[in-house]
Amino acid sequence: MHIPDGYLSPQTAVPLIAVMVPVLGVAANKIKNKMKKKEVPVLAAGAAFSFVIMMFNLPIPGGSSAHAVGAVLLAILLGPWAACLGVSVALIIQALIFGDGGILALGANCFNIAFIMSFVGYYTYKIIKGRAEKLSPRGMAAAFIGAYIGLNVAALSTALMFGAQYHLFQAADGTPLYFMYPIKVAVAAMMSEHLILAGPVEGVVSVLGLWFVGKNYPALLAEGSSLKVREDKGAETYV
Amino acid sequence: MFKTYRKLWWGLLALIVLSPLGLLATGTAFGEWSTEELIDEVGFIPAGLSKFADFWQHVPLPDYSVPGLAAGFTQSAVGYIFSALVGILLVVLVISVFYRIVRNQED
Repeated sequence: MHIPDGYLSPQTAVPLIAVMVPVLGVAANKIKNKMKKKEVPVLAAGAAFSFVIMMFNLPIPGGSSAHAVGAVLLAILLGPWAACLGVSVALIIQALIFGDGGILALGANCFNIAFIMSFVGYYTYKIIKGRAEKLSPRGMAAAFIGAYIGLNVAALSTALMFGAQYHLFQAADGTPLYFMYPIKVAVAAMMSEHLILAGPVEGVVSVLGLWFVGKNYPALLAEGSSLKVREDKGAETYV
Repeated sequence: MFKTYRKLWWGLLALIVLSPLGLLATGTAFGEWSTEELIDEVGFIPAGLSKFADFWQHVPLPDYSVPGLAAGFTQSAVGYIFSALVGILLVVLVISVFYRIVRNQED
């Protein structure tokens, strides 16, 4: 899902950088004003988890590969803004140091993998969980489904960015200038990989991660993040 | 402040050690083909793509490998583990420094 440089036109890549700057600015502000000091190691560990879990490539029949991201797990622990920032840090380091994802494409990659995935996954999780406990069967199911949906919407957004290039940017002789397949092909390829394989893996990884944190540091789950406020009946609302 | 969550760091260390499992999937992800792979995959390199593909060439550990350390699975695995370690240290460093900077703005 890490778009390399050259696959997106500058007309697509640059505006997405312009979108992500204020988004990350808001995230930084939320962390500055609301995050407790003791949550910072959790953010660091969560972003590091996201970094390393993305290295676990899953083989896709037909010679492709995909991977989980861990953004929704981080969003469940610390809220979607913190997850968005943490995963963006991982993506920036992947691009600069390891050449995984382009530099011009960083805005697009942070938008899809950090922003879209954290928020879509988190709110899907919240709706399904309702007022159930985080480690209850319903809470775990909500984490699985939230992670599954979050990853797949991120993959869909990536596929739409890819495919749009084919239709919008062609040379005078009709050959594509950037990404070279129509939107249908991009969506079919990306979605089959993520719906069938990477999505379920993302769900399992998130549930296991949540269980691991809950088992070792129950207070982290019980308190909820300081980036959320508690309502009287135990449900948390994000601010 | 990192001692509080010792088990999270042990868990991450385990993932670093296990990371070479990710090398077993040798296929390139959809839409992430290198320019050389594009020839096989698509048959041509789009003009705009070739213009921007090498926009950034200063990658010290390309594809999570240590340059010169890629002969066979064992060497790749060592490079992959080293990359995971470096990457995690950098992520933790960036977030720690970032937090210190935003907190200090208040004083």
